[in-house]
Amino acid sequence: MSTLTHLQRLEAESIHIMREVLAEADKPVMLYSIGKDSAVMVHLAKKAFYPAPPPFPLLHVDTTWKFRDMYAMRERVVRESGMQLLVHQNPEAVALGINPFTHGSAVHTDVWKTQGLKQALDKYGFDAAFGGGRRDEEKSRAKERVFSFRSAQHHWDPKNQRPELWHLYNTRKRKGESIRVFPISNWTELDVWQYIYLQSIPIVPLYFARERPVVERDGTLIMVDDERMPLNPGEKPTMKKVRFRTLGCYPLTGAIASEADTLPAIIQEMLLTRTSERQGRVIDHDAAASMEQKKQEGYF
Amino acid sequence: MAHVSELISSDIGAYLKAQERKGLLRFITCGSVDDGKSSLIGRLLFESKLLFEDQLATLASDSKRIGTTGGELDFALLLDGLSAEREQGITIDVAYRFFSTERRKFIVADTPGHEQYTRNMVTGASTADVAIILIDARKGVLTQTRRHSYLVSLLGIRHIALAINKMDLVEYSESRFLEIQHQFQPFAEQIGLKDVRYLPISAVQGDNITRLSERTPWFRGPSLMEYLETVEVDEDRLQRAAFRLPVQWVNRPNLDFRGFAGLVASGLIRQGARVRISPAGTLSSVARIVTADGDLDQAVAGQSVTLTLRDEIDVSRGDVISAADAPPEVADQFEATIVWMHEQPLLRGRSYLMKIGAKTVTATILPIKYKINVNTLEQLAATRLELNEIGVCVLELDRPVAFDPYELNRETGAFILIDRLSNNTVGAGMLRFALRRSQNVHWQALDVNKQAHTLLNGHKPCVLWFTGYSGAGKSTIANLVEKRLHALAQHTYLLDGDNVRHGLNRDLGFTDVDRVENIRRVAEVSRLMVDAGLIVLVSFISPFRSERRMARSLLQVGEFLEIFVDTPLAAAEERDVKGLYKKARQGQLKNFTGIDSPYEAPENPEIRIDTTQLSAEEAALHILAEMQRRGLIETI
Repeated sequence: MSTLTHLQRLEAESIHIMREVLAEADKPVMLYSIGKDSAVMVHLAKKAFYPAPPPFPLLHVDTTWKFRDMYAMRERVVRESGMQLLVHQNPEAVALGINPFTHGSAVHTDVWKTQGLKQALDKYGFDAAFGGGRRDEEKSRAKERVFSFRSAQHHWDPKNQRPELWHLYNTRKRKGESIRVFPISNWTELDVWQYIYLQSIPIVPLYFARERPVVERDGTLIMVDDERMPLNPGEKPTMKKVRFRTLGCYPLTGAIASEADTLPAIIQEMLLTRTSERQGRVIDHDAAASMEQKKQEGYF
Repeated sequence: MAHVSELISSDIGAYLKAQERKGLLRFITCGSVDDGKSSLIGRLLFESKLLFEDQLATLASDSKRIGTTGGELDFALLLDGLSAEREQGITIDVAYRFFSTERRKFIVADTPGHEQYTRNMVTGASTADVAIILIDARKGVLTQTRRHSYLVSLLGIRHIALAINKMDLVEYSESRFLEIQHQFQPFAEQIGLKDVRYLPISAVQGDNITRLSERTPWFRGPSLMEYLETVEVDEDRLQRAAFRLPVQWVNRPNLDFRGFAGLVASGLIRQGARVRISPAGTLSSVARIVTADGDLDQAVAGQSVTLTLRDEIDVSRGDVISAADAPPEVADQFEATIVWMHEQPLLRGRSYLMKIGAKTVTATILPIKYKINVNTLEQLAATRLELNEIGVCVLELDRPVAFDPYELNRETGAFILIDRLSNNTVGAGMLRFALRRSQNVHWQALDVNKQAHTLLNGHKPCVLWFTGYSGAGKSTIANLVEKRLHALAQHTYLLDGDNVRHGLNRDLGFTDVDRVENIRRVAEVSRLMVDAGLIVLVSFISPFRSERRMARSLLQVGEFLEIFVDTPLAAAEERDVKGLYKKARQGQLKNFTGIDSPYEAPENPEIRIDTTQLSAEEAALHILAEMQRRGLIETI
């Protein structure tokens, strides 16, 4: 008898979920955010369909405000996975020049990401979209199903979720409805890091500590990634050894001072740090819009 | 957990190495808020996981503000305010929580609240290796303890920790602990729970959670955490079962590769092993066990793999690949236990989609044999299952599927039922055994058949065949009978001789040949309607015995009631409601029954109505009474 390790079992479960979607959905897509969870998802997809390449495209709902390192990683992943990449930028946001500085994080996120995602799903007619959400990440996710249904208007109804039993997933939906599927629901942040470490999965260098130009705002270290960042009077970027625990739009993602420049060091730091992962995300501090609300409106 | 922190800081490499070998255990906690379930889960999270500062700070301030532990850390609060969410109307059937120790990662299915308890618990238990059943030491074994235990055994969880909580409130009394243990033991045996561990704990005080407590020196252990770290994971047991791989997807990247992808449900498969494909029954052997990390020599339960076979045989999604010498059963009719999970009740006779493994078929619910009172385990008669009810039913599928009895294999014996219209998951089921009588039935015949219609209608179909002279009163009586049946919510249709001749039989005259054809057509239509589950009233002179016999032969025994409306020719002629006798006597109508065409009176009709003795109303009542006597209708 050979007892499987927890990562082997999580991997097998995720692969099972992905195959189930491919077998039952008409037009699946994998949402790709370039972060570590996306990296794990792409890696799992390669495994699930091997020797075929993953038989669905990647969709990046872009805000034009990602770190430059992230765009570079995106191109690399596309090259190496053999998957098609679709990039969607909300044309309305492009036209209005929506950005986090003048419009604030809530509007920025809603227009680029929430609206952009709905537009992209409608445009291509995807009926199932993989997302990298994990149940340990955030309260409302602990109760969300692996297969989470969205109305034709992309609304999530938390009061009307289907029970999920055994390994049996009910993927049936009406025309126009879609499913968001979370294959790594049962992974924790530690599982993700360990898996990246054991499988040598390439991740954006921003996760590793380096000297980077940052400014401190409201106790959060913001990296000056390009010349679009307006500096306050008297504000001067300083070089600090920092890294990111989570990646999003650079003006909205706080860095942490860190010396962790290898995966074991990152894991070590994570295990010994005393604040949880989403602390670095400005979006979660936006009191007016809880994650739950965002999800009901169609945010992933 | 301090030593773990030390290892992490001093030698992260060694820590990661140790982490690689960690197993995974899923468990469910059963008990209400009062039993200290939230405190227990909170305590486990606290003891095992390195809680983050922000979380700890929140916990500390919440404990002071709204805690129930007098300002001490109230671990129940770690479970992020489920009550608040209930107030918001968010249905939380199961929340999953995670923690890990050095030896295992744990996934806890937390099913809060009393409402919808059965549905929630069944959902959480379906993937659990272990159940922790909580008992308040002060209260002992309660009805709800029995209910939880029954559901745990129903879902096939093999290992149970009976956590007798709040030992601090009974002064850590060994005799109280033993008393509860002795209370529970006979019940556990009755419901087939074989491996039960009795643990005296205090979630609030932390006794016997991670280490043995000095306050219970009489208890030899293990502590709850030790138990969870060492108890058998169900997948390990499943590795010893026969090999099963439900095919999820056929991988055909090019003409040279045809792989069958799926999660190994049970057993072990080696490269080269003989396999059987069910339900087809074809044989082959495993050419390769393909993974992205290279081919494997063997694969075990819990792994997602892709198999290629040596022979070019037909295998598609939903098929089950098994060990050649230990295949699953194949059947299309089963007895199953169903847990109903939806507000709209399960109805006998109704069809649902059934997903078993990677296969989706149509299942019709035949009689519900009984439902189970989960508190008393009593078996009760039922024609429907309401939300949260559990029943044993017969299921008929539109095609055969491969399966194992649930008690042998949870993966290949479990199914869900899906409503065709709403697409909701409405039921969860566990196959008990195949019913042999399905073997001879051709599968096309099973598609929503007479039985299904009958069950949906809630009454038996039949033909009430009224025969007698023209003007005997057939249509009048039939009409009254139909009205009464309709009022009783029976599904009926009246085929009247005159009406049918206006349409379907418009091309027929009154010659003997045409009369036979007339009756043949009406008999066939009646049969279709009986198939549709209706009570069909046929009001036709139908003068010939052979045609009436033919009509009878199209139906099953008991479904054809010949009703002889016995009115002497003279009496009928005297009434002559439609003036037809007059015309016939005058020679204007040819082949008129009784005048110039014979009427063969029934020899043994089921019902004989003597219209010289009974009024039409009385005749109708008489017929209904006879129907009731024969079990065709329940009340009149």
